[in-house]
Amino acid sequence: MIVAIASGKGGTGKTTLSVNLAKMLAPNVQLLDCDVEAPNCHLFLEGEVHERIIVNRLVPHIDETRCNACGECARFCAFHAIAMLGTVPLVFPEMCHECGGCVKVCPVKAIKEKGQPIGVIEKRQSQGVPLVQGRLDIGVAMAPPLIRAVKACINKETTVIIDAPPGTSCPVLATVRDADFTVLVTEPTPFGLNDLALAVGMVRALGVPFGVVINRTGIGDARVHDYCRAQDIPILLEIPDDRRIAEAYSRGIAVIDAVPEMREHFLNLFNKIRQTI
Amino acid sequence: MKIAFTTSGNDLQAPLDSRFGRAPKFLIYDLDSSAFELIDNQQNLNAAQGAGIQSAETVAKSGAQAVVTGHCGPKAFRALNAAGITIYTSDAPSVAGALDLYRQGQLKKAETADVEGHW
Repeated sequence: MIVAIASGKGGTGKTTLSVNLAKMLAPNVQLLDCDVEAPNCHLFLEGEVHERIIVNRLVPHIDETRCNACGECARFCAFHAIAMLGTVPLVFPEMCHECGGCVKVCPVKAIKEKGQPIGVIEKRQSQGVPLVQGRLDIGVAMAPPLIRAVKACINKETTVIIDAPPGTSCPVLATVRDADFTVLVTEPTPFGLNDLALAVGMVRALGVPFGVVINRTGIGDARVHDYCRAQDIPILLEIPDDRRIAEAYSRGIAVIDAVPEMREHFLNLFNKIRQTI
Repeated sequence: MKIAFTTSGNDLQAPLDSRFGRAPKFLIYDLDSSAFELIDNQQNLNAAQGAGIQSAETVAKSGAQAVVTGHCGPKAFRALNAAGITIYTSDAPSVAGALDLYRQGQLKKAETADVEGHW
C-alpha cells in the first residue's frame, strides 16, 4: 500500500505527518522522501546513510561525424532541447525530458543517449524505519527523473509512506502518480484553502483517492472545513495548534514521542486510510 | 545585412525591449535597403522555458546576422553564437536610437550572457 503525503501549500506539515506515520508503523513500513529539492525527513530520524546511489538521466549526445544536419531532431523535440542553428544541432541538456524521440527520428543514427548525473539516492535505517531519500544536485532544474528513481526503490511488500514535494507541478505529479491514497495536508487559512483547492484538482485529475488532514486547527477560519464539506471531501484528522508539537518539531523530535496522545490520532488516521483503499 | 532589434512596438520610434528571449517582437532592419519587417514573438513571451532558444531560432530564420537587445541569457547566447549571429547589448531608449549607435560603431559586442535565465 502506497500512501503519499502531499499539500498545495508548503510548510503545512507533510514531513511531520510522514515521519510520525512511519515511526508509528515501524517496522512494517518504508519511508520515501520525494521532496528531492529539500529532503528533510532524516532530521527527525536517527541513523547514518548506509547506501548512496548516483542517479543519472539520459540526454542526447550527437556524433558530429555522422550528423548530416538535416534538423529532424530539432523539429521533433517538443521541449526545444535541440536547436538546429549553424552546421550541427545544438543540445540543451537542461531542457531534455528523456523521451528518446531524437534518437528514433535521426535518419543517420548520429544520436546516442548518455547519462548525466542529476542527484543521489541516500538510504538510511532508523529504529525500524528504512528511509529512502532523493537529493537533487545543486543547479539541476528537473526533479521528476530523480523522484522516479526514488520510487523505483519502493518495497511492495510493506506499507510505503511518501513525503511529497509541495505544490501541484511536475515533481508532485511524479510523486503522487500511482499512489493508492493521497493525504492532502493543509492549514485553516486563506492560503491553505487556496492551495488545497489546487491540490484537490490535481489528485482528482489523477484519479487517486484522497482525504484531508487539517494541521494547526484553532488558527485562521472555518473556510477549509466549509470547503471540504461542500466538496464532500473527508477530513481524516485535525491536528491542534499546540505549542508542544511546535517545540518537538523544532528539536527534531517526533510528535508521537513528545505528545503521546497524538499516537492514537495518527493510528485512527491510518486506519481510515486503510479502510478507504 | 540585417539586424534584429527587440521591441514592443511597430516602428523605429518604438522602445528597444530589454529582453531577448521574451521580447514581444523582433524588428528586422535591412541596412542595405533601409526597410524593416516585424516578427511577432508572442508565443515565446508566454513560454514556460526555452524562450531564448526559440527566439534565437526565429532570428536565425529571419536572416539577421546581428541582434541588438537589452540583455541576453545563457541559452539564447549559446544558440545565437552557434548560428553565427553577433549580439550587441544596449540601453538605448528606442530602436532608432540603438540603430544610430550601431551605425556609429558605438555598440559593444556581448562576449558572454549578461543575465541568468528567467531574469
